[in-house]
Formats: sequence, structure tokens, C-alpha cells
Amino acid sequence: MTLDMAKRGQKIYIKKINDEKIKVQAIRLGIYEGAKVDCSLKIPFGPVILSNRMQEIAVGRTLAKKIEIDVIKEGA
Amino acid sequence: MDCCSGIKIDIPKGFKKLVLAGNPNVGKSVFFNALTGMYVDVSNFPGTTVDVSHGKFENYVVIDTPGVYGVSSFNDEERVARDVILYGDVILNVVDALHLERDLFLTLQIIDMGKPVIVALNMMDDVERNGIKIDIDKLSELLGVPVIPTVAVKGRGLEEVKNNIKNAKVGNIDNKIKEYLEEYKNKVEHQSEALMLLEDDDAISERLNIKTSGKREEIYRLRRERVDKIVESVIIKEGKGNRLRQKISSMTLNPITGIPILVVVLYLVFKVIGVWVAGDVVGVTEETIMVGYYEPFIRNIILKIFNQNTFMYRLLAGEFGILTLTPTYVIGLLTPLVIAFYFFMSLMEDSGYLPRIAALVDRVLSFFGLNGRAIIPIILGFGCITMATITTRLLGTKREKIIATILLGFTIPCSAQLGVIAGMIAPLGTKYILIYAFTILIVFALTGTILNKTLPGESSELFIDLPPMRLPKISNVLKKTWTKTIMFLKEATPLFALGALIITLLEETKIIYKIQDVFKPITESLLRLPKEAANAFIMGIIRRDFGAAGLTELSLTPEQTVVALVTITLFVPCIASIIVIFKERSKKEAALIWLGSFVLAFLVGGVLAFLIV
Repeated sequence: MTLDMAKRGQKIYIKKINDEKIKVQAIRLGIYEGAKVDCSLKIPFGPVILSNRMQEIAVGRTLAKKIEIDVIKEGA
Repeated sequence: MDCCSGIKIDIPKGFKKLVLAGNPNVGKSVFFNALTGMYVDVSNFPGTTVDVSHGKFENYVVIDTPGVYGVSSFNDEERVARDVILYGDVILNVVDALHLERDLFLTLQIIDMGKPVIVALNMMDDVERNGIKIDIDKLSELLGVPVIPTVAVKGRGLEEVKNNIKNAKVGNIDNKIKEYLEEYKNKVEHQSEALMLLEDDDAISERLNIKTSGKREEIYRLRRERVDKIVESVIIKEGKGNRLRQKISSMTLNPITGIPILVVVLYLVFKVIGVWVAGDVVGVTEETIMVGYYEPFIRNIILKIFNQNTFMYRLLAGEFGILTLTPTYVIGLLTPLVIAFYFFMSLMEDSGYLPRIAALVDRVLSFFGLNGRAIIPIILGFGCITMATITTRLLGTKREKIIATILLGFTIPCSAQLGVIAGMIAPLGTKYILIYAFTILIVFALTGTILNKTLPGESSELFIDLPPMRLPKISNVLKKTWTKTIMFLKEATPLFALGALIITLLEETKIIYKIQDVFKPITESLLRLPKEAANAFIMGIIRRDFGAAGLTELSLTPEQTVVALVTITLFVPCIASIIVIFKERSKKEAALIWLGSFVLAFLVGGVLAFLIV
């Protein structure tokens, strides 16, 4: 599945980032293939908010469709 | 500075370059101020909106850099920071202790350059408040450089940092990266350049005429793994996070609460700027000071040199004089507005609210081929289109820059114009205000949608860091406001003077009257306005508020007023804006934008006139 299908509160594993430009930028912010992060919020039809410890990143919805993920843990 | 870095900073003999580096909003400027004191120079990097401050500390020239997540070439800030960091002698790296996994990426990258580094581990109060414990000695040991805990805004640890600059050390370079660097050892002067080549930096590769390695992803991955390992071993106790801040943060992002918050914030901003600054403050600065005192003063001086009936007098001190209209406009009208806008933007930026607005509006702007970041030039456009057009540089692709420039030029009324428009439309009542607002909004949405559908290429997508919500430090906000305002005035003043010159020439050669004649039939038959309205439009070419103000002198029915105001809003951007558009975009694009706004303004005005007059 892709990141746009993640649900709020889920812990996810990032499998693949299908955008070369974003890929190298994202790795600096802690988002990379193999990273485990939380989906802390979803703005309806808008960006997905990922968080890792205190770090929060907003990922545009179309970009989220290019990021392949697995759900590790369902949200509360 | 080195040969290739874009700006010139004099380094006196015996001085070393101490470069401040860090992620955005980590409090770097507090360190900079503490080190350098009052005597600071600000230099703008040509072709960017990026400023670099520099000052002196002991026998160091201290150079501040824009906040970046890493040294590379993804945007203007990074390119500027890269050129400064690459050739620094000592690096003071400011790290947000709350965001180690983000900030240490840059730290390790600088360490890999082989530079002597000292780390200021800032925002330690936040760390304590969140119940997090960091093993600072361990961190220092793993990095191989001194790490000093600080709370810069409260002055804690600043002295220690100052005293330890001389103890900066070359840190522990990643073994694998060290091995790769060997390959470039004899080809380049600095290890920092070798690292850039290793990380596929095209600009550096071009400059040195040496091929890149194609290993960027591998290097980044190695560094990321190392950061994560370090973070894991230095965090002794993980905290819960600040509940209130998280609550505020998610309220600003969730549309149900976020949109009302945004509306209230923008309402307050426009209340302060639109009513107080544009009205009261500008009333004093423009009318009283500039028109009342300055202009007669300068006219008297010019009269002593040139006769009133000469071309030179009209050029310098006439109706559109370079020494009368230009200073009045720039100092009297624009400066207060630009200061006010930059103040609020800096406030929103430093509090962490601006990136959340960008995330909130991302979806809406995506219909127009823009991402959430485009909200910045759009908000600034309500201040001054010229200022906003310059800011379109921060957008990711050429496509987005074109769309944003066109939307600004066509549909956004600047604050000067908005003031006059509000004055004319408010007495007419809600119905007419709504007709006006909806017409402009529809044109905005249609223009954006059509551009998005027809322009080739793809727009960049939103991928932004949301820094924690913080109470901004007012001295930082003021400093930012100040440097941005100065930068804008430096860039824009010659353009306004050039604009005044062009208009004087059009008048001297009588071309302006020919344009007026062309307009008259359009205003009368298409817009159903009195033919004198043409004069107002001509004035609108010079200054948008002149155009709107010209309409106040006509006797118009409420319907005619709305048509006239819609037309003048959509009408060509002022002469300074159009010069900026010519500078920022290609000549062909700029010419199309200018002509297009004539067509659009009269077309929409005509349709509206047909419907309501």
C-alpha cells in the first residue's frame, strides 16, 4: 500500500520512495526506506503528517501516493 | 572569502572564518548576536532573497548562514550555506537538542568535511521540560567534537561557547566515507569539496571540473544510520512531549479548527495592516511628511537649477519625478507596509505557524498547480505585488513561479490599492462587496486552474518540516523584519525610479495620450463607464492605488463602481511590479503577462457590466 492510505495513529514502515529528488531530501529529515515512523495526522484530502520522536513532516497527498509502506501497528 | 562564493566578505590578515551553521529555527542568530555584538554587515547573495550577516569576534570573522537541513544544492538557502560552510575555518554548529535525529545529519556532514567543529546543543530547556535526558559526554565522544549545552534565548551557555571556540576539533569521520574521500585527495584543495563531489553536487563538480561519484544515496544512507545509532545511544530517557504544544499544533492543522484559526489570524493581520498601517501610519508618512514637507523642499532645490518648464525639471521633480514621486512612494507608502507585512510573516515563521498554514492550504493550492508553500507570496501580495513577485523565487519549479507570478499580477490587489478599494466599496453595502469579492475569487480560481491544466511540466510537491510551535523571540522577529525590508528596498527602489522615468517619457512624447484615446471606447461601450475612467486606468499602470483613487473623482452608480473596481483590480500590475516580472521571468513571459492582464481586466469587467449595469 502507499502512504496516502495510512490512517491516523498507525505506526508504519517505509518500504520505497518512488521520487528520486524527494528521496535524498527526505533521508536528511529521517524519512527513508527502512524507517519506522508514525502517521500522526491526516488533513482531509491534504497532506499526511508523519512524526518521528519530536520531528513532524508534512507530505503532500500526491507525493504520499509515491511512497510505499507497510503498517506495523494499528493506531489506538 | 574564496573565489567562488558569490559575495565578498573581507577577511583581515590573521583572522579566521568562524561559520555558524544549523537547521532552520534553531536559534543560530542569538549566537551570532552574542558573538559579534553591534557591528554587523549584511550581504545579499546575488539572485536570491538570501542574506548573510557577518561580524567580528576576537580574531574571527563570524559568518551566519541560512538554516539548512544539509549542505547541498536543493534551493537558494542551501546553495548559499554551502558556499559559506565549504570554505569556513571553524564551524559553530547549533543543534536543536529536541530534534537530534534531524539536526545531527548536518553535524555529521560538516564533520565529514574535516572541519574543526564545536557543537552548541541548544534548547536544553525544552529537553528538560519534556522530561528527556541526553548523555552529553557520550554525544561529544561519539562525534569527536566539544558539545556545549545551551539555552541561547536565556543566555545560558553562551559564555562557555565563546570560551570554547578555540577548542573546536576535527571530529570522527565515518570510516567508509573516509575511504571514499581518499580517491579525491589529490584532486581538490579542500576535503569539503571532495565530500561535495562524493555527494554528487553538480554545482561544485562544474566549478572544479571534476566528475561526481554517483554515491550520494549511499553516503546519505551511511550518515543516516550513524545519526540514528548516535541518537539511540545518547538518549538516556525519552520524554512524552509537550501536550499543550502538540494540541495547538494539531488544532492548526485540522481543517475544522485550523481554518477558523487561520481566518481569525489573517483578519487580525489585515486589520492592523489594512486599517492602521495603510491608513493612519501612511497618512502621516506619505501625506504629511513626504508630500507635505519633502516634496516642496526638493522642488525648491531643483528650481534653483532648472527652470520649471524644462524637461529636466519634470523628470526630476514633476508629477512623476524621480526625486518626488519615487521617494514619496518608496519611503512614504511602501516602507511602512512592507515592514508591517514582513513583521507578521516573521512572527508566523518563527512561531512555527507558517509551515502549518502551508500544510493546511496545500490541497486547495494544488488545484492551481501550486503547493502549500505558495501561500507565502500570495499573502505578501496583499502587501505589495513587487515584494511578493520577488518572493516567488522560493517556489520549487519554474512552472510554479510562472503560475504564482501570473496570479499575483492578475488578481491580488496590493495593500495600497486595497485601501482605496475598501474606501469606495464599503459605503455601497454587503451586496456589492460580495459581488466584488466573488468576481475576483472566481477569476483567481479559473486562472489558476486553467494555467495548471495548460502549462507543461509538473509542479513540485509539498514536503516540509513542521517545527514545534514556539513563542517567537521578538528581537529575532524584528531583526528579520529589518533585514528583509532593507533588502526589498535596495532591490525595488531603482525599479520604482525606472518606472517613474518611463512614465515621464511616455508623457513627454505624448504616447500616454494616445493610449488614453485607445482606452476611451473600451471604457464607454464595453465597461459602460464614463469616458474619463480611462484616465484612471492609465494611472493604474503607474501605481495601482492611483488608478483606484482616480475612480473616486467620477460620479458612478454603485453597479458602475463595482465594475470599475473589478477592472482596476485585474488590470496590469504597477510599473515597478512589471519591471520585477521582466527581471524574474523571460521577456516573452513578462510581456504576455502584461498584455494578458489588459485583456483579462476588460473582458471580466465587460462581462460584469453586461450582467449588472
